[in-house]
Amino acid sequence: MTIGLTHYLTVAAILFTIGVLGIFINRKNVIVILMSIELILLAVNINLVAFSVYLHQVTGQIYAMVVLTVAAAEAAVGLAILVTYFRNRGDIAVDGANVMKG
Amino acid sequence: MALQAIAFYILAAATLGAGLLVISAKNPVHSVLFLIAAFFAAAGLFVLLGAEFLAMILVVVYVGAVAVLFLFVVMMLDIDFAALRAGFSRYLPIGAVVATILVVEMVAVSVGVAERGAAAGAVPLAPTSVTNAEAIGRVLYTDYVYFFQAAGMILLVAMIGAIVLTLRHRTGVRRQSVVDQTARTPATGMRLVQIKSGEGLVE
Repeated sequence: MTIGLTHYLTVAAILFTIGVLGIFINRKNVIVILMSIELILLAVNINLVAFSVYLHQVTGQIYAMVVLTVAAAEAAVGLAILVTYFRNRGDIAVDGANVMKG
Repeated sequence: MALQAIAFYILAAATLGAGLLVISAKNPVHSVLFLIAAFFAAAGLFVLLGAEFLAMILVVVYVGAVAVLFLFVVMMLDIDFAALRAGFSRYLPIGAVVATILVVEMVAVSVGVAERGAAAGAVPLAPTSVTNAEAIGRVLYTDYVYFFQAAGMILLVAMIGAIVLTLRHRTGVRRQSVVDQTARTPATGMRLVQIKSGEGLVE
C-alpha cells in the first residue's frame, strides 16, 4: 500500500481534532491551550505541505512558512500576556479573566 | 515503497501520540516536552514529503525557540497545576463527542478532496536537480517578496509587543543617569560651608 495524499490529510485532520479537544478539556490552563493552538497550526502546516508536494507547487510551502511565522509571533505575545496576567493576579486560571473588564 | 510506508506510519503515530500526550499530561512541563516530540515527528513527515527546508525550519523555530519559550514560562511561573485540572473530567465527555464529530467530518472531507479534488491521482514531486531550498528561494524572493516582508513585520510587531507587555519599571530602584552626571559643574556639585571650630557640621 503506497502512502498518498489521503494519509497525510488524515494525520493532519486527527492532529487538528486533538488540538481542538485540548482546548475543550483544559479550559482553565492557558499554557496547554496555547500548546493546543500550536498543534492546530501544525496540522494546518501538514495540509499545506502535503498539497504543495502533490500539486507540484512550491507556493504551499511559502504559505506554511508564513503560518510558522504567525505561530511563533502568537506564542511570544500569548506568553507575554500570560506573564503579565500572572503578575497581576497570582494565578493563570482563565475562568477568572472576566474580572478584568472595564 | 514499503520502507516509506513504515516510516510514514511510525512518524504519524509518533506525531499523534505525542499530540494526545500534550493535551492529557498532568504536568505542563511534560506537555512542552511532548510538544517538542510532536514537532520532531512532524518534521520527519515533512522530510518524507520532500520538504526538507521546511522540516529544518520547523525544528529550528519550534524546538529552538517556541518550545524553549514555553519551558521558560512554565518553569518561571509558580502555578498550582492540580487546581487547573479541576474541570478535566467534567469537560471530557462533551469534548469527546465534539472531537468525534469533527474528526469524522474532517477525515471524510480530506479523503474526498484527496481522491476527487485537484490533486486526485497526482504523484508526489519527484526529486529533481533543483533542491527544495532552491525551489523555495526562487519564488520566495521574487513572487512572494511582499509576503516575506510582511512576515518580517509581523515578527517585529510581535517582538515589540512582547517587550512592551512584560517590561516593568520598578519604583525605588536607583539608576545611573549619565546626563545628570555629565551636567554637574563645580557650582552645582559642591558647596562651601564655614564650620565653627569645635562644633562640627550638623545637616
